[in-house]
Amino acid sequence: MPSIIRMENIVKRFPSVLANDHVNLEVEEGEIHCLLGENGAGKSTLMNILYGLYSHDSGKILIRDREVRFRGPADAIANGIGMVHQDFMLIPVFTVVENLILGAEPVKGFSLDLEKAREEIANLSEKYKLDVEPTAYIENISVGMQQRVEILKLLYRGAEIMIFDEPTSILTPQEVDELYKIMNFLRENGKTIIFITHKLKEVMEISDRVTVLRDGRVIDTIDTSSTNPHELARMMVGREVLFRVEKPSVRIGKRVLKIENLHARNQRGLPALNGVSLDVAEGEVVGIAGIDGNGQTELVEVLSGLRKIDRGKISLYDRDITNFTPKELIDMGIAHIPEDRRLRGLILDFHLYENLILGFQDNKPFRRGVILDLKRVKEWSSELVEDFDIRPRDIDVNAGSLSGGNQQKVVIAREFSRNIKLLVASQPSRGLDVGATEFVHNQIMRVKAEGKAVLLVSLELSEVMNLSDRILVIYEGKIQAEFDPKKTTESEIGLVMAGGHV
Amino acid sequence: MSRNINESVLTAFKVLVAIFLAFLFGYIVLYIMGYDPVVAYGSLIKGAFGSKRGFAETLISTTPLIFGSLGFILAFQCGLFNMGLEGQIAIGGIVAAYLGYTIPGLPPFIHITICIIGAAAGGALWGLGPGFLKARFGIHEVIGTIMMNYIAFDVSSYLVSTHGPMKDRLTDMPASPFIHDSAKIIRIWKGTRLHWGIFLAIFFSFVVWFLLFRTRIGYKLRAVGKNQFAAEAGGINVPRYMILAMVLSGLFGGIAGGVEILGIHYRLFAAFSPGYGWDAIAVSLLGLLSPIGIIGSAFLFGFLRSGSILMQAIAGVSKDMISVITGVIIFFMGMSDPVGNFIKDKLLRKLYGNSV
Ligand SMILES: Nc1ncnc2c1ncn2[C@@H]1O[C@H](COP(=O)(O)OP(=O)(O)O)[C@@H](O)[C@H]1O
Ligand SMILES: [Mg+2]
Repeated sequence: MPSIIRMENIVKRFPSVLANDHVNLEVEEGEIHCLLGENGAGKSTLMNILYGLYSHDSGKILIRDREVRFRGPADAIANGIGMVHQDFMLIPVFTVVENLILGAEPVKGFSLDLEKAREEIANLSEKYKLDVEPTAYIENISVGMQQRVEILKLLYRGAEIMIFDEPTSILTPQEVDELYKIMNFLRENGKTIIFITHKLKEVMEISDRVTVLRDGRVIDTIDTSSTNPHELARMMVGREVLFRVEKPSVRIGKRVLKIENLHARNQRGLPALNGVSLDVAEGEVVGIAGIDGNGQTELVEVLSGLRKIDRGKISLYDRDITNFTPKELIDMGIAHIPEDRRLRGLILDFHLYENLILGFQDNKPFRRGVILDLKRVKEWSSELVEDFDIRPRDIDVNAGSLSGGNQQKVVIAREFSRNIKLLVASQPSRGLDVGATEFVHNQIMRVKAEGKAVLLVSLELSEVMNLSDRILVIYEGKIQAEFDPKKTTESEIGLVMAGGHV
Repeated sequence: MSRNINESVLTAFKVLVAIFLAFLFGYIVLYIMGYDPVVAYGSLIKGAFGSKRGFAETLISTTPLIFGSLGFILAFQCGLFNMGLEGQIAIGGIVAAYLGYTIPGLPPFIHITICIIGAAAGGALWGLGPGFLKARFGIHEVIGTIMMNYIAFDVSSYLVSTHGPMKDRLTDMPASPFIHDSAKIIRIWKGTRLHWGIFLAIFFSFVVWFLLFRTRIGYKLRAVGKNQFAAEAGGINVPRYMILAMVLSGLFGGIAGGVEILGIHYRLFAAFSPGYGWDAIAVSLLGLLSPIGIIGSAFLFGFLRSGSILMQAIAGVSKDMISVITGVIIFFMGMSDPVGNFIKDKLLRKLYGNSV
């Protein structure tokens, strides 16, 4: 196979880091090539260079053996390269067609020829089985669909080489399967795909070859068929990674959380929880498995005081805490890892030390009359940053500048740093790489080992299986079944998750 | 730490560049319009700094601009846009004037304090309304505050109109009676109208800074402003802090108006504020929304205001030219990121290599 892209000795330095350190990458025509690496390994940077967004300090880029110099994405597009970014670049109040023609509007006389564009886009959508409705408004379609609009945009602009930057991180498992189908179909139609990810499973499932990046350097490029997840993990992290978490053996103690017949509605006022009952005991991890949108979000919101309930009762150590405020629940000893840490967990424009006290701003020892005792706050934060290995070790930086894994560490450090009775963790490893996921799991096990109760909600079935003592499956706002993770299989649980019966 | 210092130096640099570019722009506009820019700018500076009176007037305009900007910043730090400062200034003026001429026989310090507290309370009440509507019903605070402006303007013209309850019967002017001497803020520079208010304004700048960045209330208020969802999850009562921010914001608008009456005009008349409440928005932006930064930007705006009078007289350039320049400063501020990055990327990097 001829190589369609060759990047040779690419060096890119940012003020604080060497993001790409003499990187060599060779991509063959018609393959799906994975770029694997932990957050911050330099994957996006390398691809932004290829796409003409960043200029490299040194090195060469060759396309079909011809050296190119891109001054911007327009040059890359002209050379048949397209990229779908981690954050989409679509205008919500425009239709699909209007978004796609932006910048290259077809004209008829003095007016836009929308009809011609619509037809062309509809044809492309059909040809590549993207199932996109050209006249739909972006704000009305799902995230998965928006991603397909981005793919359609590349096709519309005639891309032959398509770069997908962590496309699966925002998708539901079903949408991921859809995306795989589309990628395979694109490959069959002669497109070349560069697929960025930090998930080993995805590399194994979809790619032909994989290039592993670590700390800005290429570790190796290998055929996917000749490797395995363990080897890839070792290359990616630079050390041996345990996939199974060591579950500490703890005596299950008194009942901590008890939820009885809980009813609550979602954001749109529709019933989301329809009689959930469950309990969690000391030293126990109870996992909630289910497909997204079956009431998990609402359940966690109720338990953190962010959502009022219609009916039912919640108690903590037999004390009624139904409809307590977030503040009351925090003070009662309920820790909360929200599913969206950037929205609910952190204030991105706040310093780390400000984030590390969110929730206890009014408690001792930070409270000194009306004053927030910054000296104490900073001392305490410095300790946490050290204990939880948060990088950079600088409490003055803003939370928004941290990688996802380190952001999650900030949330965990804050929530675990006090005397808690119950941990409610929602998708605690979402968007994290292998190393960070391992850290989060170990921390949850530490909480268990201390005899605390843990309610774990996750869309990743494997996570629930690995960490829980009991698994409850939620479907349409109700607990449908309970499983013992030692005596069940993923497919058995999956069936109930999809609404089937045991 | 060194990085933080670098960043603030760079930001300060950007502000200066924006100001410089705006004046350059004004220079060109003046030239095109057929004026002599050198004479115009010369008289502007001379008007503001060339005489004792001019300099005093600069500081006199600076005072309400500082108070107003403190109000704007307090709302803004909580993620709210207070467009009602001009109305809050009007209310503050009404209350201060009323208390100033109705209560007789008090020692000055006590009388002035009562008047200022009254003005603050009036402004706070004017902020409370929109704050409550926002927190309780989600009605946008811009709409609420602008609505309250109209009410304030109309109330204030009515009060001093021919048959208005605060109208001074001894004159034909639509104005209230003069306040008692005991309510007048003491003047501190003979032959000028400069009064203690400027020190009060600077003092409150530090108070607001302390409130925002050193107290628990400030922490919570800023948390709501930066991310109300995380704030809510962190146990902060979001509606309560939104209301509080608007109340504090209005409070400073009220003080701005009150001090203006007690220190300068000594009586109420309609539209006694020449738009300080609007200028405060620009002052806040130029001051990088920092309670300390706005001392500098308020001074700049005060200078422009006071200098423009002489500029109009000598160079024949309309005072409105100043609005153009201030508008352009804000425009360049808005562009200061691209501009600043350009300077950083192209110039500093050339000088210092890649280590910038
Ligand atoms: N625009 C930028 N300015 C400064 N540093 C950056 C920029 N983009 C990325 N970096 C840094 O470069 C490194 C590699 O980042 P990136 O390419 O985004 O990693 P990945 O996509 O593999 O997660 C990180 O340390 C990141 O903080
Ligand atoms: Mg990336």
